[in-house]
Amino acid sequence: MRPFAYTRAADVDTAIAEVARDSGSEYLAGGTTEVDMIRIGVARPRRVVDINDLPIAAIEDLPGGGLRLGGLARMSDVAAHPAVRERYPAVAESLEKGASAQLRNMATMGGNLMQRVRCSYFRDGDRACNKREPGSGCAAIHGVNRTHAVLGTSEHCIATHPSDVAVALTALDAVVRLRGPDGERTVAFDDFFLLPGDTPDREHPVGHGELITGIDLPDLPMARTSHYLKVRDRESYEFALTSCAAALRMDGDAVAEARIGLGGVATRPWRARRAEDILIGAPATAEAFARAAEAEMADAVPRSMNGFKIELAQRTMVRALTTVASRTGGGAA
Amino acid sequence: MTPREPGRTGTAVPAVPRQATGAEEHGDLGPGPVDVLLTVNGTLRRVTVEPRVSLLDALRERMGVTSPKKGCNQGACGACTVHVDGRRVLSCLTLAVSCQGREVTTVEGLADGDDLHPMQRAFAEEDAFQCGYCTPGQLMSAVALMEEGHTGDDAEIAEWMSGNLCRCAAYPNIRQAVRNVRDGAAAEGER
Repeated sequence: MRPFAYTRAADVDTAIAEVARDSGSEYLAGGTTEVDMIRIGVARPRRVVDINDLPIAAIEDLPGGGLRLGGLARMSDVAAHPAVRERYPAVAESLEKGASAQLRNMATMGGNLMQRVRCSYFRDGDRACNKREPGSGCAAIHGVNRTHAVLGTSEHCIATHPSDVAVALTALDAVVRLRGPDGERTVAFDDFFLLPGDTPDREHPVGHGELITGIDLPDLPMARTSHYLKVRDRESYEFALTSCAAALRMDGDAVAEARIGLGGVATRPWRARRAEDILIGAPATAEAFARAAEAEMADAVPRSMNGFKIELAQRTMVRALTTVASRTGGGAA
Repeated sequence: MTPREPGRTGTAVPAVPRQATGAEEHGDLGPGPVDVLLTVNGTLRRVTVEPRVSLLDALRERMGVTSPKKGCNQGACGACTVHVDGRRVLSCLTLAVSCQGREVTTVEGLADGDDLHPMQRAFAEEDAFQCGYCTPGQLMSAVALMEEGHTGDDAEIAEWMSGNLCRCAAYPNIRQAVRNVRDGAAAEGER
């Protein structure tokens, strides 16, 4: 483990200034990714700026009915918060299906969005990885790729985005609040996660020194019956093979509006807009859900070991939507 | 990793005001060795470590607090579980320097003298271990679990203890120990 310096910031502006002025400085929040990445030599900061004391951990109502999750709110605190459980159950469910109780006590919401991929070639300094070392190639494409992505991939990277809660947040149209040396800005969830393309080393449109101060959830009545379904090799404490966050607004027996996010299958938290569009006006039946799911996965590109995800993702979508339909009281579920 | 130092080199120091126990508000610490004041099991102690040293290594290698175990050292096994400010966390992914001004509790801090914590007694009574390596982490998680209130049934206990692996597979006995403490606490509350 390489040595580094440490400083603890007492306020947000100081933290941002400290990181912004030094290209070798990185934020340290929960540490569940950062300390791990430093130890294996993938992250190499000269200095870490500890932001755990900053007053951006609150969960607060927004004017107009939304909810703000502080950038430093811990996963466990967000999952347990009554407003999250009541108004955005898919967010609470996805958080409680992620990691372990200890990690959820440490990991922050901002850090969750910034976590690095779990691709074993990314984490192994001796293997080719365009994300870790641009231009070196992708060892996963012809390697052990059972857990890798089938959507949003390129010939340069097929690493799966590992987050659960980001799948729920993308389905529910969350907005990321950033603060940097040049002030504040907001980024829609759809724009926050970049496809790998030919620059897999660039994962977010976040400038050096910019800090996630919060994540805003919009007022969304249909989210009250939302659901997150996670499918994995073991029942607990494992990354998703496939997952689905879903919400439905019904108009009688027909779907008026659908929100669907997919996890475990894509290089970013995947918003299933094609499936959403197909479902509008359709009955809330397993057959209709299956048609939408099939369309969503039509462009999937399987590799040698992960072709099963295409079928599994469709079944995951159908089951998650069926559960949501039963929660909303509509459909034939 | 940093060189191993034998024995207990952390020393007890008198309590000092809060502002002196926090990290310096201005200026960097390290990358060389820095003095860190840690409150471990109620005692404020000084230890000299580089900022890269984990809380786990500071406890085990520098302060002689050896109940937290180094299983995976990457946040997967839970053997290093301790409480920081009353919450269960992984000491292998926590920097010692970041714990200045915070309360660290390990298994050594559970018992009241020779009087074991109810969870320790329950683990002994139910034989909730075989080799014992994961047991300190299991205990710290189980004690936190009681506070968190996720002890409704075996499935819930299993889910909320899933961050603590036991290669001897003592899981049924661990769950029984948690149930015993849960039921004992409930009976105590009814009296």
